[in-house]
Amino acid sequence: MLTKRLIPCLDIKNGRVVKGIKFKNLNDAGDPVKLAKFYYQEGADELAILDITATLESRQTIIKLINDISQQVFIPLTVGGGVRKLADIKALLRAGADKVAINTAAVENPELISRAARRFGSQCIVVAIDAKRRPAKITGWEVMINTGTKSTGGDVIKWAQVAAGLGAGEILLTSIDRDGTQSGYDLELLQAISQSVTIPVIASGGAGSAEDIYQAFAAGQADTALVAGLLHFGTLRIKDLKKYLISKKIKIRL
Amino acid sequence: MLTIIDYGASNLKSLTNALDAIKAPYTISNKRDVIKKADKIILPGVGSANFAMAQLKKLKLIDVIRELKVPALGICLGMQILFDYSEEGNTQCLGIIKGQVKKITSPNLKVPHIGWNTVKKQVTRNKKQTDDYFYFVHSYYCIPQDKTSIVALTDYSGEFCSIVRQNHFYGTQFHPEKSGEAGLKILKSFCSL
Repeated sequence: MLTKRLIPCLDIKNGRVVKGIKFKNLNDAGDPVKLAKFYYQEGADELAILDITATLESRQTIIKLINDISQQVFIPLTVGGGVRKLADIKALLRAGADKVAINTAAVENPELISRAARRFGSQCIVVAIDAKRRPAKITGWEVMINTGTKSTGGDVIKWAQVAAGLGAGEILLTSIDRDGTQSGYDLELLQAISQSVTIPVIASGGAGSAEDIYQAFAAGQADTALVAGLLHFGTLRIKDLKKYLISKKIKIRL
Repeated sequence: MLTIIDYGASNLKSLTNALDAIKAPYTISNKRDVIKKADKIILPGVGSANFAMAQLKKLKLIDVIRELKVPALGICLGMQILFDYSEEGNTQCLGIIKGQVKKITSPNLKVPHIGWNTVKKQVTRNKKQTDDYFYFVHSYYCIPQDKTSIVALTDYSGEFCSIVRQNHFYGTQFHPEKSGEAGLKILKSFCSL
């Protein structure tokens, strides 16, 4: 049977792994190549590597990093941050990425998704969505861009469906409200998106315990859980986390 | 030498990284003479069956692959095009292994089939059943006519052939180069055939 997946996520700034809270207050969390190798040996199912500054220089740093990591780590690598055009995707795939995550550029130019899917195959196009819960009076979630700094007014459920229709292979769904808070994933958001699209949904933002991750699969119906701070700062180890999930009857690769 | 057929469809980096890691020497080529002289072949593939076959035709590689006498491994799409026919783009494939390639269809099933799944070897008596996990990304699956060519099965709302072997032709529907240590082991055993 197909298993649920656990993906450690490395947010990269100036060549280092960092972790913030609600996309702010970044703390250093280590050397990316070392961490990537460690997580691979620990049984990570894939790795996500996101360039959170996405400047011209940081692009070169990321390419070099992906090159180094892909020579030592033999699981799928999803790379994102500042991807704006087909040439960016090509460069990342050449460096050793298996999938590329597109966020802001996909919102501004949805046609990029279909062009990328046709050119490289849906299997390597991940659409990343940063979701912010609307104020209590209005229900639903709003699509945010530019690392969560800019509102678009768009509805997350609708956008996920459009992205899937254009050929996205997976949705990487981050709750900005929960990012780095370790207060649990936004299960309502996860469930809403998982039920609205037929492509895999990756849960991101808020993991604070093994139970939270279990809930992302069980209640949130996510296919994959992205975990960052919880692993980087040693609160949990992938092996123990996987054993816990198996004890809760979740299908996991050990 | 082990030769990877580069027909312009796929990203070879993951595969060459994995071969480097197991210290297997290789060359990459799309030339008839080089491929004819190879002592082992890997036919990789990401993309669509029609595109892959059109490329192989353009490069005049179809008869060369059909007439290979050395161990050859098709990975993912590379496995699928070893068969007679693929529904993807209504494509006549290499016809080395009898059978068809069909689209995964089932209500409530996510397509493509993405992620880690078990590969159950159809082993004979006296051998322990081993279920290793491998990484899959595909929307089509192979149906060999000769059931004895099925080496392993994988369950995704019904079982499909995930490893095939007919004489010196092998195919894996999963990506050994992305399947951790279990995948490297498969590449290693292919390289030491």
